[in-house]
Amino acid sequence: MLRLEARPQPSKAMSIGSPLLALVITVLIGIALFAALGKDPGRGLQVFFIEPVKSAYALSELSIKAVPLVLIALGLAVCFRSNIWNIGAEGQFVVGALAAGWVAMQAGPGTAWLGKGIVVPILLAGMLGGMAWAALVALLRDRFNANEILVSLMLVYVADMLLAYLVYGPWKDPAGYNFPQTITFDATTKIPRLITGLRLNIGLVVALAAVGALWVFLFRTYRGFALQVGGLAPAAARYAGFSSRRALWTALLISGGLAGLAGGLEAAGPLGQLTPYVPAGYGFAAIIVAFVGRLHPVGIVFSAVLMSMFYIGGELAQSRLGLPKALTGVFQGLLLFSLLACDTLIHYRVRFGKRVAA
Amino acid sequence: MNELALLLAATLNAGTVLAIAGLGLLINERAGIVNLGAEGMMLVAAIAGFATAVHSGSDTLAFVAGMGAGALMAAAFGVLVIWLNTNQYATGLALSLFGAGFSAFVGISFTQQRIGTRPQFAVPYLADIPLVGPALFRQHPLVYGAIALALGLTWFLYRSRAGLVLRAVGESPESAHALGYPVRRIRLAAVMAGGALCGLAGAYISVIYTPLWVEGMVAGKGWIALALTTFATWRPTRVLLGAYLFGGVTMLQFHLQGEGVQIASQWLTMLPYLSTIVVLVLISRNPNWIKANMPASLGKPFFPGN
Amino acid sequence: MTLSKRTLVATAAVAALAALVGCGKKEEAPAPEAASAAASAAAKPEPLKIAFAYVGPVGDGGWTFAHDNGRKMLEKEFGDKIVTSFVEKVPEAADAERVFNDMIGQGNKLVFGTTFGYMEPMLKVAADHPEVKLEHATGYKTAANLRTYDSRTYEGAYMAGVIAGSMTKTNTLGVVGSIPIPEVIRNINSFTLGAQSVNPKIKTKVVWVNEWFNPPKETEAATSLINGGADVLMQNTDSAAVLKTAEDKGKRAVGWDSDMSAYGPKAHLGSAVINWGPYYIKATHDALEGKWATGQSWWGVKEGAIDFVSVAADVPAEAKAKLDAVKAGLKDGSFVIWKGPIVDNTGKEQLAKDVVADDKFLGGVKFYVKGVEGKVPGDGK
Repeated sequence: MLRLEARPQPSKAMSIGSPLLALVITVLIGIALFAALGKDPGRGLQVFFIEPVKSAYALSELSIKAVPLVLIALGLAVCFRSNIWNIGAEGQFVVGALAAGWVAMQAGPGTAWLGKGIVVPILLAGMLGGMAWAALVALLRDRFNANEILVSLMLVYVADMLLAYLVYGPWKDPAGYNFPQTITFDATTKIPRLITGLRLNIGLVVALAAVGALWVFLFRTYRGFALQVGGLAPAAARYAGFSSRRALWTALLISGGLAGLAGGLEAAGPLGQLTPYVPAGYGFAAIIVAFVGRLHPVGIVFSAVLMSMFYIGGELAQSRLGLPKALTGVFQGLLLFSLLACDTLIHYRVRFGKRVAA
Repeated sequence: MNELALLLAATLNAGTVLAIAGLGLLINERAGIVNLGAEGMMLVAAIAGFATAVHSGSDTLAFVAGMGAGALMAAAFGVLVIWLNTNQYATGLALSLFGAGFSAFVGISFTQQRIGTRPQFAVPYLADIPLVGPALFRQHPLVYGAIALALGLTWFLYRSRAGLVLRAVGESPESAHALGYPVRRIRLAAVMAGGALCGLAGAYISVIYTPLWVEGMVAGKGWIALALTTFATWRPTRVLLGAYLFGGVTMLQFHLQGEGVQIASQWLTMLPYLSTIVVLVLISRNPNWIKANMPASLGKPFFPGN
Repeated sequence: MTLSKRTLVATAAVAALAALVGCGKKEEAPAPEAASAAASAAAKPEPLKIAFAYVGPVGDGGWTFAHDNGRKMLEKEFGDKIVTSFVEKVPEAADAERVFNDMIGQGNKLVFGTTFGYMEPMLKVAADHPEVKLEHATGYKTAANLRTYDSRTYEGAYMAGVIAGSMTKTNTLGVVGSIPIPEVIRNINSFTLGAQSVNPKIKTKVVWVNEWFNPPKETEAATSLINGGADVLMQNTDSAAVLKTAEDKGKRAVGWDSDMSAYGPKAHLGSAVINWGPYYIKATHDALEGKWATGQSWWGVKEGAIDFVSVAADVPAEAKAKLDAVKAGLKDGSFVIWKGPIVDNTGKEQLAKDVVADDKFLGGVKFYVKGVEGKVPGDGK
């Protein structure tokens, strides 16, 4: 008979082993799924794990998907480590895109003197937009004690509707045949690409810089330390004088700012305009990325790459193998499930046999 | 006037889905567990129900299948969250994402399937009363079922021993445990009951409300149901009323369009979410109100010690 | 923190594992390709690879289903001279560009994008790949290697109106509208004009869903129209939900894009279908014979792209006769739908007596004809 026995202290080995084990379980289930669908499991795995990384073009596409995931997940890691459950990163992403899009729409002959530099105010606007949206959550929690999970989640839908309203109404392209979309942004606003011919843009540089900055913040600064203590042991934090209010605002503003930045990069980058399809679910997928990455900046990079492979693999599986696109969601959900289950092994051992009476 | 009566009827119908799911989530949350996987459970139940309806031709079997699917997914969630103490929010989200993908996946062969013409219901005699009849008495039995469920849950929670124990577990699992109650098993039962109800709501969508299968057809109703329990401050009858309010928003939109009213539809669609935030702010301001309304252990993991 | 180093090692191990799994299979893949290439080189010229990008699921029973039927007609017509493939549910967003690039990377030389929202991605891809021919449905921007094609759905809507007008008992028709672009407004107008030609007393109510495909919302919209007194429905959305709702509530409805009779046997009056087959066959001929050139095509009943099929048995004979007359007239060009006098529902004359509307006029329709209730959403811009 299997039972779980608490370990005397958390197992370091399983802390790393758990995501690996979760990935292995997901892959195994994937193989079973492919076989059940009558497709060659090897080809299936190849499409998910090899194709998305096998050429410069593929890697560039992978980065387009991974960059927003990394940025948002970094912010979420700060929040989750502080025990602040920001589930509304998707809404902050959308509002960031809106703000950045608004600035981008002002670009034209009047701003020609800025040249490519207009990208800076655009991205800044994105950050501010995301921060403002997250600030709402912080405010309601700070002043009214309102649960941040529900508030941030509700604000996601409000943000979606706000985008829809603007794109169907005041911001609609007058020359667009009444289609719900804004004008395509002026060419100067395009996020600079790193290599001609590929969609890879400076978002990659921004993301890597953010990884570095947040690593320093979390593990080398006093504030970051205070935030984490507040998350792990609130009583001890209070005793040490760490302000939980400061922690709340810091975490949410950082998280909102990063999500908004991701939104700005997406709007001015691959999209080049605002449409009702801006919400791509990155805000929710980033939650998985944050967890699988163990809430650690470097781990997040790897888990973001993994999740992006699932996204792109799912698309490719459709065109190459005739497999349904729905597989992506299945794998992503499975990965998180297995990870959460495997995480128990950090705190518990599996034992056979009956418990011996103490 | 007749059009208003029909609008009311449509609102009752739309609200029933939200009410059943919301009541299920209420049972969950009264025991202290937040299940963010409502949307995923409803989707899987919707395809399970639709597939069963297509193959068996029986609506009742379809509902049973939906409830079973919901309960099963909830059980998986429950084991992870209650026994392995995984993070409730992350686990719930994983369930949602998985459910969305899994239902789309399984449902592929069902996109072109049809189920027979939906039966029309009418309560004898009552349905013929002018205005009131078409408004209230021509509904599917589950619409009345939802009302009965809300009333039954109110009785259960506030007048029965089992309900008291459930609420105790939600307020302070440690105390309940000290008193000797099997807290984890009670929580699992609550989670599975909640899952079964979410499943019933999901099956209602695909078998009665829009008798087709399309991936993602639950279209966010699971998230609205989650908002609903908070909006209703965890009281069953308020969940019912809130459900009709939220459910009626879309029909109201279309009605207003037909009348020539030119409000952008998005503001109306935002209303349920904004009102939930407002209610949340209102009840949270006063710490006593929070204690009186929200189950204290909501979202927190429970370790039985020893 | 030691965790970071270990995470690095751990995830490197993952990558290695993935590589190992992939490596084993990579060697197999090139071998069979080489074999088949050799075989076909000896036999005949490479088949033309054609790809389709669909916005919805092939099983939607409406818009995408119709396109896929067209693709299947291609396969039947050209046999092994072509190889077709498709990707469904490609979102109208940033991801579309990647899908198109992937299709081109797979060797497809003729690519069809079947919804308006692919316009910008296709323009970008066209600029990057001048050797590939791209065709965009319902769009308006072209390039040297990108042309647009569309179907005169308004002819189908007119024919639907003729039948609807003769079957309504309440003289109220309902339309579930998708997105208020000129094409859809034109369809609503044509539907109304067709109904008025047999029953001048009808009025049309419109409700907007603001999406192409959302069965639950389409159901609610249809219910709202029925509650408002409409007893015959038409739609411009992509699923069979409107017809199914009519069936369940004992009203009648017209199918759209594809033959939807199976979804509502009692309610179905007929379906205004689009046959993409004839156009796809012509486009493929153009590509195979080197005659492909950019431009804009707009095909209707005359070219075999639009039809009204599966007319219900209980439609009165005069209505059926009128329908056939209209069809014949459209086919030989003797009948024109959009010919003045046409007055909009504010009383303003939009088309003077005997003036025939040209494609430019039709492409910019932003008013409701007399008989349609309400205002066009977001108009005046």
